[in-house]
Amino acid sequence: MSGLNLNNVTKQFGTFTAVNDVSLSVPDGTFVCLLGPSGCGKTTLMRMIAGLDLPTHGSINLAGHDITEVPTHKRELGMVFQSLALFPHLTVGENIAYSLRIRGVGKEEQKKRVDELLAMIHLPGFADRSVSKLSGGQRQRVAIARALAISPKLFLLDEPLSALDAKLREAMQVELRQLQQRLGITTIVVTHDQREAMTMADTVVVMNGGEIRQAAPPVEIYRRPADSFVADFIGQTNLIPFSVDGAGRATVLGEAVEGLSVSQGAKGMLSVRPEDVQLTAPGHGAITGTVSFVRDLGGAIETFVEAGGQQIVAVSSPRNRPEVTVGQSVGIRLDPETSVVLAK
Amino acid sequence: MRREPPQRLGDYGPLFFPAGMLTVFFVVPFATMIAVSFFQREQGGFYQPAFVLDNYARFLSLFFGRVLGFSLMLAIAVAIACVVIGIPFTYLLSRSKRKIQILWLVALLSILSLSEVMIGFAWSTLFSRTAGLTNLFVWLGLMTQPQALTPSFGAVMTAMTYQAFPYTVLVLYPALVRLDPTLTEAARTLGASPVKAFFTVVVPALRNTILATLIMVFIFALGSYLLPQLLGRPQHWTLSVLITDQAIYQSNMPFAAAMAVFLVLVTLALVGLALYAGRQKEAA
Repeated sequence: MSGLNLNNVTKQFGTFTAVNDVSLSVPDGTFVCLLGPSGCGKTTLMRMIAGLDLPTHGSINLAGHDITEVPTHKRELGMVFQSLALFPHLTVGENIAYSLRIRGVGKEEQKKRVDELLAMIHLPGFADRSVSKLSGGQRQRVAIARALAISPKLFLLDEPLSALDAKLREAMQVELRQLQQRLGITTIVVTHDQREAMTMADTVVVMNGGEIRQAAPPVEIYRRPADSFVADFIGQTNLIPFSVDGAGRATVLGEAVEGLSVSQGAKGMLSVRPEDVQLTAPGHGAITGTVSFVRDLGGAIETFVEAGGQQIVAVSSPRNRPEVTVGQSVGIRLDPETSVVLAK
Repeated sequence: MRREPPQRLGDYGPLFFPAGMLTVFFVVPFATMIAVSFFQREQGGFYQPAFVLDNYARFLSLFFGRVLGFSLMLAIAVAIACVVIGIPFTYLLSRSKRKIQILWLVALLSILSLSEVMIGFAWSTLFSRTAGLTNLFVWLGLMTQPQALTPSFGAVMTAMTYQAFPYTVLVLYPALVRLDPTLTEAARTLGASPVKAFFTVVVPALRNTILATLIMVFIFALGSYLLPQLLGRPQHWTLSVLITDQAIYQSNMPFAAAMAVFLVLVTLALVGLALYAGRQKEAA
């Protein structure tokens, strides 16, 4: 069994359960994002994979070996910390060469590898600079190069881009993903930024309350969220209650909706993405509502509609600009194809 | 905030008070001491204003040279012992629970409230044959017979290290608390065992603090004159002991002053050298 496997991993701090019975399989060479709000256990899970924390229960396997009890320094991994943790007393080159020096690699070879890595992170000739003189983005790159110096089996990044400004962050996301694909290294990133996760990951693992809510490719997470937490956390969504009568007819906000795959007598929530909400003329079986606010963002137009005490947001592109004004009565049509039925 | 160089005399105002204190309590006494060191001694403990170099000449003998050498060696040894014990201790302290930290810091601060005399007599009791620690070792079966551990060099070293240790911890503590704990974690993920991470990351990152602590303990230990007398043999007496002896018991103020001036000069030279070496290494 190759890749990284977590089997029923649990971590308790006193009476608080930070990570609760998590099982996850990460195939070789894939890019996984652990995504969730702060305090959801994603960082604790990563620290256990790194060996900085020991799980209370469960086991961790890497490339077929049980590494649950293996100390961090024998795990052959590379990790980028949120604070970057660059060594202030060492130069850029010495920072990158640290893991090689610890392993007793020769000076010549160290220098060669450092030059290679500096070229990879687009900072050639920076070896003798002091780390305190670098910009945020450069420090970020140095931290990545340092973690990759030994070509680790596993590349871990804990909120690596959170200290960068928005523009640079977007650019680094793309760069990091391209780097990972070029090296084919198994990578796990902890983040609370869903855009970051969607940009980089092969698999997004959404966590909340110490548990995995859903682990799937980004588009599936977006299109087929497993529950209302995932639906709400990933992108914007409208959560609309529905009920089904004894005959199996679904009713949403007082109007019958055909084609939903629901069982008799069920009750629950529909998750409808704002771009899937169609605004039409009222009547003809459409849910009726009143426009309460229109926000024109240039690239997209958001229309807020009040219907049955519920606020529903519709997003349209400028090309399909809805001709509505505040206070106007409109119809809302839900497409059963894109409306996701959430259990509970 | 933009800082401008002071323009008018009034801008230097905040400096007047410390400058005045420094003048009254340091510059004047020190200048007096330098002056006295050139005075002519007279019989009966008096001295005459004069400009003679006899006091310095007398000092340049093998005996006093040896005492000076021993004093410096002892102070350096105490400084190194304090730092070697203090860094791991303070490192572990800074990583422990808040309650434990406070308990230790209060205990260490309470050592500061003990006078040198009390510390000296406490250790001389602990190192004695009749009531000392060796009785405990005998009881534990580690030794066959209780022994007197004082007077000896080890006893002097132990007591002086004990006395300087709280200062060492208090100087190191803030630097170690501020040290990013992820630095050692990063070192561990990069393949360094915890011990190796400590020596390749924690110690080098704190180099300046360690140098400052060494200098502080060195100067502190150089002034010690009671503990060497209480716990050491005459060959373990420091220059400070001889200065006290000359100034108070032999009433030879000019000679005592000459020795004190010389000690200050040697100390300054050593501290300067240490700082210079530290800066050289940083530049490299």
